[in-house]
Amino acid sequence: MTYQFDFGAIIGYWPMMLHGIAITAELTLFGTALGIAVAVLGGWARTSGKLWLNLPVTVYVELIRNTPFIVQLFFIFFGLPALGLRLDAVDASILAMVVNLGAYGTEIVRAGLMATPRGQVEAGASLGLSKPQIFWYIVLAPSLARIWPALASQVVIVMLGSSVCSQISVQELTYVASYIQSRSFRAFEAYFVVTALYLVLALALRQALLAAGRHLFKGVQAR
Amino acid sequence: MPLISLTDIHKSYGQNEVLKGITLDIEPGEVIALIGKSGSGKSTLLRCINGLETYQQGSIRVAGTSVLESAGQLRLLRQKVGMIFQQFNLFPHLSVGRNVMLAPMVVKKTGKAEAEALAKEMLTRVGLGQKFDAYPGQLSGGQQQRVAIARALAMQPLALLCDEITSALDPELVNEVLAVVRDLAAQGMTLVMVTHEMRFAREVCHRLVFMHQGRIHESGPPEQVFTAPQTPELRQFIGQRDAA
Repeated sequence: MTYQFDFGAIIGYWPMMLHGIAITAELTLFGTALGIAVAVLGGWARTSGKLWLNLPVTVYVELIRNTPFIVQLFFIFFGLPALGLRLDAVDASILAMVVNLGAYGTEIVRAGLMATPRGQVEAGASLGLSKPQIFWYIVLAPSLARIWPALASQVVIVMLGSSVCSQISVQELTYVASYIQSRSFRAFEAYFVVTALYLVLALALRQALLAAGRHLFKGVQAR
Repeated sequence: MPLISLTDIHKSYGQNEVLKGITLDIEPGEVIALIGKSGSGKSTLLRCINGLETYQQGSIRVAGTSVLESAGQLRLLRQKVGMIFQQFNLFPHLSVGRNVMLAPMVVKKTGKAEAEALAKEMLTRVGLGQKFDAYPGQLSGGQQQRVAIARALAMQPLALLCDEITSALDPELVNEVLAVVRDLAAQGMTLVMVTHEMRFAREVCHRLVFMHQGRIHESGPPEQVFTAPQTPELRQFIGQRDAA
């Protein structure tokens, strides 16, 4: 082997990498927060028993789950301006992640909602709560607790998927890796370091989400 | 005027008619047990009273409000009639105190401080004042059921419906729950219970209603029902109980 490894050649790019991490974190933060909100709404609609709510959400879920993320991203960034919706690259990326996580998350949340024991709903109804109150105060938290690990996995997938956003010039971590290797010709070193960074980010994100779940759903896990 | 008035209730699941014309008046302060074999319609009847089950024919009025009028009317009615379930159905993600506070705050818009005081009072009444911050999963079955009673009482209902509330409990936990129910009866709460605790029913109830094949087969004061059953079905039912 004649290749001489030289991690020193890319070390000077660390401020760029930090910036890349920050952008990846920004995409993930907004994508996740809004995506979970969409997933809860979607799960609610799918279990509402009302066709006019269920049908459009089912179409949305199937559309997103059966097309590639990069095509969804390109459609939002390059396609939507034709309809007058012109988003900058970061906003387009966040929107694509919200739409994507919302669809996968809808199915995950739906599974949690459907596993609600009937007695919980009946207890709420017997106390005089309305249907929306029962959903919000009684059904939602235990349902999210049930599916939280699955939802955390999906969030990690979406975070890793944000690497695709480099394709529309978002300067997140993968974009930074490409940039560094094109300048330094140190492809191995650049991608090695960025791979390690993604690994650390993903592990940390999952642990953070699981810890948040333990805090949010304290009583449910005391069972 | 009766507090709860059932008139000619019919209910079917598909072809299977489970209630075949039930008429029953319950006075304020009365303690009634619905007894009978599994499948005789006791639980279904109880669940019709607060609208958890619908019925095809007849009418149910509670303190002058009809059960099937509208969703809003039904919610008002449910504030007047509490229900305790066999499986407790506490909300696992809320502390014991929060379980009791939820409905007063959300339904009656009671302020937080007031709801908290109310919850403490009700929990003390069932002997669990010190469990305010515990979660349901940390309590025994008997304690959970007493919390469920406190939760229902916090809405200050006119009547309580008890659906086999000791059936899911270990034998040694049954008495602590029955003691609470006994106190409520002594304080004049209107109680309608489905129970298999015959000795308890005999001691506490004013009237026993024996259901058989979807009808009220026989009813009367406990002594009469136990010592002088009029029909062979009730005689057989009581006999099986004694033998068991």
